[in-house]
Amino acid sequence: MLVRTQFAGFGGQGVLLMGYVLSNGAMLKGLNVTFFPSYGAEMRGGTANCMVTLSDKKIASPVGSQADILVAMNGPSLDKFEPTVAKGGLIVLNQSLIKWGPKRQDVEVFSVPLVDLAREAGSERAANMVMIGAVCAKRDLLPLEDVVKGMQAAMKGKDKFFALNTKGIQRGFTFAQTGK
Amino acid sequence: MPSEKKLMRGSDTLAEAAVRAGCRFFSGYPITPQNELPEYLSWRLPQAGGTFIQAESELSAINMVLGAAATGARALTSSSSPGVSLKQEGISYLAGQELPAVVANMMRGGPGLGNIAASAADYFQATRGGGHGDYRTPVLAPAGCQELAELTFLAFDLADKYRTPVMLLGDGLIGQVMEPVVFPDPIDPADLPPKDYILDGCAGRAPRAIFSMLLGQQGELYKHNLHLQEKYEQITADEQRWEENLTEDADIIAVAYGTASRIAMSAVEELRAEGVKAGLFRPITLWPYPKQALRKLAQGGVKVAVFELSAGQMVEDVMLSVGERAEIHFYGIPGGVIPTPADVIDFLRSALKGDGKVGRRVEI
Repeated sequence: MLVRTQFAGFGGQGVLLMGYVLSNGAMLKGLNVTFFPSYGAEMRGGTANCMVTLSDKKIASPVGSQADILVAMNGPSLDKFEPTVAKGGLIVLNQSLIKWGPKRQDVEVFSVPLVDLAREAGSERAANMVMIGAVCAKRDLLPLEDVVKGMQAAMKGKDKFFALNTKGIQRGFTFAQTGK
Repeated sequence: MPSEKKLMRGSDTLAEAAVRAGCRFFSGYPITPQNELPEYLSWRLPQAGGTFIQAESELSAINMVLGAAATGARALTSSSSPGVSLKQEGISYLAGQELPAVVANMMRGGPGLGNIAASAADYFQATRGGGHGDYRTPVLAPAGCQELAELTFLAFDLADKYRTPVMLLGDGLIGQVMEPVVFPDPIDPADLPPKDYILDGCAGRAPRAIFSMLLGQQGELYKHNLHLQEKYEQITADEQRWEENLTEDADIIAVAYGTASRIAMSAVEELRAEGVKAGLFRPITLWPYPKQALRKLAQGGVKVAVFELSAGQMVEDVMLSVGERAEIHFYGIPGGVIPTPADVIDFLRSALKGDGKVGRRVEI
């Protein structure tokens, strides 16, 4: 098993944190993992992306030729990374911001009304947690408890956010599993 | 006790490993893509009773490291390509004065200020001495976070053992990628073997001095150079390190180090899945280069395919190792772009066919 997930969006949307949560959760579950963030002259309002690779075997390259899953948090990220998704791969869209779908027909598309779900979970600021929950549930990347553990490891020392973030992750799981 | 497994960025890994290896002095000047390393040490070293100094320049940083090494401390400086160029004078002095230190270079794209994307175009500078004079520095090239932790320990050990600067050669990707790491047991600097050359106050013993200028008329410099060369021969004989993957039955052997080796290994795995007999030879020490080990593999019609994040630097060591024992192909991606396994697959296929579509054949 080898799964590469590309997370992409605006700086400030918690894009790197999503990847970091997934990476920590996967490590704690005993999987091999690499987390490769984009870096550059990027800041709030700019673009941010990272690729997380999970495998039960040793991971050779932390950068892949293709992504199995693309998590697009805004329109420009969808435009930029849509061509890099593997045939039969999954594109997860932040439906609250992306009003047009991918052009490709050979991938699965999963739209998540992120802002609405995050509000239901308690705050719009938990949108990235809703997203990581939805992604993990959709492709069985990790069970709910491991995502929560990964969030707690990724945000060590920031315990005051744990309750809200856990609600966000749960909301994402529920949406992916029930469609509402 | 080894640490618990932790997800860590490469730059932080190097910093934490340095402290655990007994390093208690760091001086550096900021440059992307390795700023996380000094940032980490800025709080971690004081916590361990060590000293962190953000110097006013790279020249100052390397010379503070020289001073710390002269007093016996395990000392570290880090930078990225343009900053390492500025440090070359100090590295030459460290080599000339036989002082141990570790210099980390997280290479970025060049020449000049270039850009901050991963690159491996400082191979010549790292492996050929870099500064002036007849000297070499051992160069260790980690390919991931766990190995980076282990090679950081090794770098300090080699530096002390041979009284030489040692370079850890990474790149922007190795510095930024996060992977699970388990650190080796920490070393207490007080438990390290005493050094009989350091300047730590001469009460009760004869005074010492550490020079790099040898003006004597009795051939002192000549003798000193012969002594250095003997040391380099010893290092060459004893300290070559490398890794071989799937090379036994290979029709084509990729040769790559650092980030490039990770990408090449993915390519090798994908080709193997399709029945193509590909393998990977990964030098871990770039100087001394594992020449004999590579030479041994170059037989029976195997093709050697060198992949670098440069326009062609390590390929010269491959040519010196392999000679005319095997066909050598080269594919290089110069600084500024991170290639993917698909690029290397195309290269290896092309080299096997000999159609010259990706990369090129190199001849002596």
